[in-house]
Amino acid sequence: MTNKSDLVLDVKNLKTVFFTNSGLFKAVDDVSFTVRRGETLAIVGESGCGKSVTALSLMRLVPDPPGRIVGGSVTLEGTDLLALDEAQMRAVRGNRISMIFQEPMTSLNPVMRIGDQIVEAVRLHRNLSNKEAQNIAVEMLRLVRIPEPARRAREYPHQLSGGMRQRAMIAMALACRPALLIADEPTTALDVTIQAQILALILDLQKELGTGLVLITHDLGVVAQTAQRVIVMYAGRKVEEASVEALFAAPKHPYTRGLMASIPAVPASGVAAPARLNEIPGTVPSLVRLPKGCAFAPRCKLAIKRCEAEYPPLADWGGGHLAACWRAEEVAEVA
Amino acid sequence: MFAYLVRRLFLMLVTLFGISIVIFFLLRIVPGNIVDILFAAAGYVDPADKANLEKELGIDRPLIVQYWHWISGFLRGDFGYSYVSEKPALQEILPRIPITARLAGLALLFSASIGIPLGVISAVKQGTRLDYALRVVSLSGLSLPSFWLGLLILTASVAMFGQMPIFNPNPRTWLEAFATYAVPAAAVGFRSAALTMRITRSSMLEVLRQDYIRTARAKGASDAAVNYHHALKNAILPVITVIGIEAAFLIGGLIVTETVFNIPGVARFLVEAIRWRDYPIVQNLVMFIAVVVVFANFTVDMLYAVFDPRIRYTD
Repeated sequence: MTNKSDLVLDVKNLKTVFFTNSGLFKAVDDVSFTVRRGETLAIVGESGCGKSVTALSLMRLVPDPPGRIVGGSVTLEGTDLLALDEAQMRAVRGNRISMIFQEPMTSLNPVMRIGDQIVEAVRLHRNLSNKEAQNIAVEMLRLVRIPEPARRAREYPHQLSGGMRQRAMIAMALACRPALLIADEPTTALDVTIQAQILALILDLQKELGTGLVLITHDLGVVAQTAQRVIVMYAGRKVEEASVEALFAAPKHPYTRGLMASIPAVPASGVAAPARLNEIPGTVPSLVRLPKGCAFAPRCKLAIKRCEAEYPPLADWGGGHLAACWRAEEVAEVA
Repeated sequence: MFAYLVRRLFLMLVTLFGISIVIFFLLRIVPGNIVDILFAAAGYVDPADKANLEKELGIDRPLIVQYWHWISGFLRGDFGYSYVSEKPALQEILPRIPITARLAGLALLFSASIGIPLGVISAVKQGTRLDYALRVVSLSGLSLPSFWLGLLILTASVAMFGQMPIFNPNPRTWLEAFATYAVPAAAVGFRSAALTMRITRSSMLEVLRQDYIRTARAKGASDAAVNYHHALKNAILPVITVIGIEAAFLIGGLIVTETVFNIPGVARFLVEAIRWRDYPIVQNLVMFIAVVVVFANFTVDMLYAVFDPRIRYTD
């Protein structure tokens, strides 16, 4: 078993709901997972499956109203974050737990110098003079491999490219050496060549600093390259959890299988490319009116009567491979 | 930057030149001149006397000549003599400027120091009772003309204290000076404060939705730091624009307010001068106001670059 002190993050039965005009919807419903020191956990799913809200819930940054965390616990290095008051939580944010966002173009304050934005993050949590914090900011920019860091620190966001800005965001997020870094689709908005660089950078720094990483993505290719463990989310719920090897070798949930099948394969030479890409039929259901049983049943080829009537429990298929599907065994056989 | 400033300055001169023509000819289009008014009051007209007086004042000459006479004098710093008091126009105008400047300055100070914080609060507390209350107050500020508000204040102070605030030309202390100007400045500044608040509110609401606000929160910044340091700095540009425009509109509001509160400032003086067709006073005073407005505009544009690093004035 894993050593208990090795656990950086322990999320249990997290529930986040949104109160909207069309009703209450459960954006995150009973989700549990852990992250160990230096480990990368990927959270995968389609848009609207609750992965970003899960991340914001960990930071306690879900906009309230309309959102609210209504249950569960988020334990970071032994402290339950959900039990802290706002001032105590501010001392944790950006310090022990940090976040990188999807949109580097808009995530930096356009009227503040890059260096000053990092300095702010440092001085909020460390009792340092402006001069000392400036030195740390330049050091961080060097660490994320921005050329001429001292000059860049004096520049404004609009003077940097998208990739550079994401590097600056990473520098800011890691400036206080957090125990946990959450990266919410950090490369989605970037060019493919830059994507690889940024991912490599995050992984290098993670290794160097021993940070736990929660990587949120819809890209299974990214997952295969980076993560040790994966959780797959669908309609606010965790439907499968496994090590990367186990997941790619034998997915237990039909949704996971569908996701994998929809990755276009490069056809071997001499073989004609398939006329049509594989897709999962239908769309993600409205979270306001979820079916009583499995939320994926209406789109699932394997669905039976029971799937519509009862929500399947997360069952352990050995080695920590969890899946919530009544027909998980058949999924493996179909594969 | 230098070339930009030169071009900008040149444009300002062209603008002022255009304004001078408009002022001059508009004033001549208004029927009657001071001689007509004087003789009408006297009750009889001897055409010879009238012609003599017009000749003496120089208003019998062709308009182009009159214009040249005025504008060349203006550029030399010779502003002519008031037709009414026969004192140098400058001597009549100069002592009144500080009074109006204090009034306008105080009104703008009110509008910024009240309007901006209330706008921020209203945006941050969007949808709460406080927000609704502030929006109702600001709507009333926009709907109440300043002269009406001034009259209300005067009537209310008579009803409540049995007296009304009298303009005190020689205040002994700072407090007395403040008291003298505060009430009329508030009456005229209430509208600007209301407008500033509304613009601040909507601009803040726009900014508070931005990703970098979430980033600031994710760093662990406090609400105050997020609202005033991160958000307001981004939301301030439209507010500056409005305050700049208000500075110009204020002159109009002051004309009535100075009359209502019986304050001997330039604005009320201007109305009297227009009534007498006192050309040297009106022309020079309006020109002076135009210069102030044009420079206020220029200052606002320069402030843009100070507050937003993305704005740079290049050649």
